[in-house]
Amino acid sequence: MGIKVEHELHTRRRGRNFGVGLLLVGMVGIVFGLTVVKVLGLSDIRQFETFDHVARPAIEPASIKAADQLRATDEVGQ
Amino acid sequence: MTDASLTEAMQSDARTGEAGMGDYFALLKPRVMSLVVFTALVGLLVAPVGIHPFIGFVAILCIAVGAGASGALNMWWDADIDVLMKRTAKRPIPAGKVTPQEALGLGLALSGFSVVLLWLATNALAAGLLAFTIFFYAVIYSMWLKRSTPQNIVIGGAAGAFPPMIGWAVATGGVSVESALMFALIFMWTPPHFWALALFVKTDYGDAGVPMLTESHGRRVTRNHVLGYTIFLVPVAVGIAFTSIGGAFYLALSIVLNLRFLWGAFLVWKRDETIAEADGYATEKWLFRISLSYLFLHFGALLVEALLRYLGWAIW
Repeated sequence: MGIKVEHELHTRRRGRNFGVGLLLVGMVGIVFGLTVVKVLGLSDIRQFETFDHVARPAIEPASIKAADQLRATDEVGQ
Repeated sequence: MTDASLTEAMQSDARTGEAGMGDYFALLKPRVMSLVVFTALVGLLVAPVGIHPFIGFVAILCIAVGAGASGALNMWWDADIDVLMKRTAKRPIPAGKVTPQEALGLGLALSGFSVVLLWLATNALAAGLLAFTIFFYAVIYSMWLKRSTPQNIVIGGAAGAFPPMIGWAVATGGVSVESALMFALIFMWTPPHFWALALFVKTDYGDAGVPMLTESHGRRVTRNHVLGYTIFLVPVAVGIAFTSIGGAFYLALSIVLNLRFLWGAFLVWKRDETIAEADGYATEKWLFRISLSYLFLHFGALLVEALLRYLGWAIW
């Protein structure tokens, strides 16, 4: 059941409540905007995989080095 | 709950819970924040490395919020003396609109928020400098130096000098001679600016137990200090012209501004109290006025130089 009777406190603190609400919306906007800018700013979009909190052996330095060596060997072979 | 306790609770609420957004905003010292925003923005814009405008906006916001947080912590710590002085008696805590605990909570929360967000948005150095600035203002200045030495304003002025250095670090990720000189410009400017004011404003710092140079060492010593610090300020201000952020326009303007400021400091030094009282401290008031435009125009000239470089019109 919703609150039907407006308490005096609600009108008295309306300004503060709206202010806090606006600040929270602003904070969400900032975090969202930063995410967009940071992701779009990546030179290689696959780098984004490092931020998904899931272990990915393919992006471990040793794996990247091994893949590079394999590619180099293939190029020499061709 | 009895009527008596209800009334007491309501009175307590009226005393501490009526604070509006404006009162919490006042805790952040908005006038100080405006100077911080301006100098940090200049530090960011004159840096040789460009950053995305949105990241720049967030960085400046973080620096402003961090400065505001240190202001709230300052008001929390100084609540006992703020109530004793006319200039500060209407601040939110002595006025009974905000409790000291609320100011402490707001200050700590905004400090953490601004430093962490700046770190995430830009880099660790900029965030570290912001954290150090907040620590310096709240702990080194407010808690320690302010009540223990008449040189409080000199060392405490460092807190106000960090913002352009943080702005530069946001863009470049480092510290350089340019950012150090922007820091030094504000640092050396603060004492003559503040003491010129102290010479003609009757303060009640003494009643609150805060040592001020005019009261602890006298006005003659204060006048000597004004001239001394101005002499050290001049090479710093002019020297910026010969770094990568300076140029011919800055040099020309800086020479004019420094000659005027030096002349004003010399006149203040030459006078004694009898002459100053006779003309209502006209020269001291003039020196204070030109000190405001002095800093604003120096940083404005750095912006102009950055624009000239961008347009390819810089002379060197």
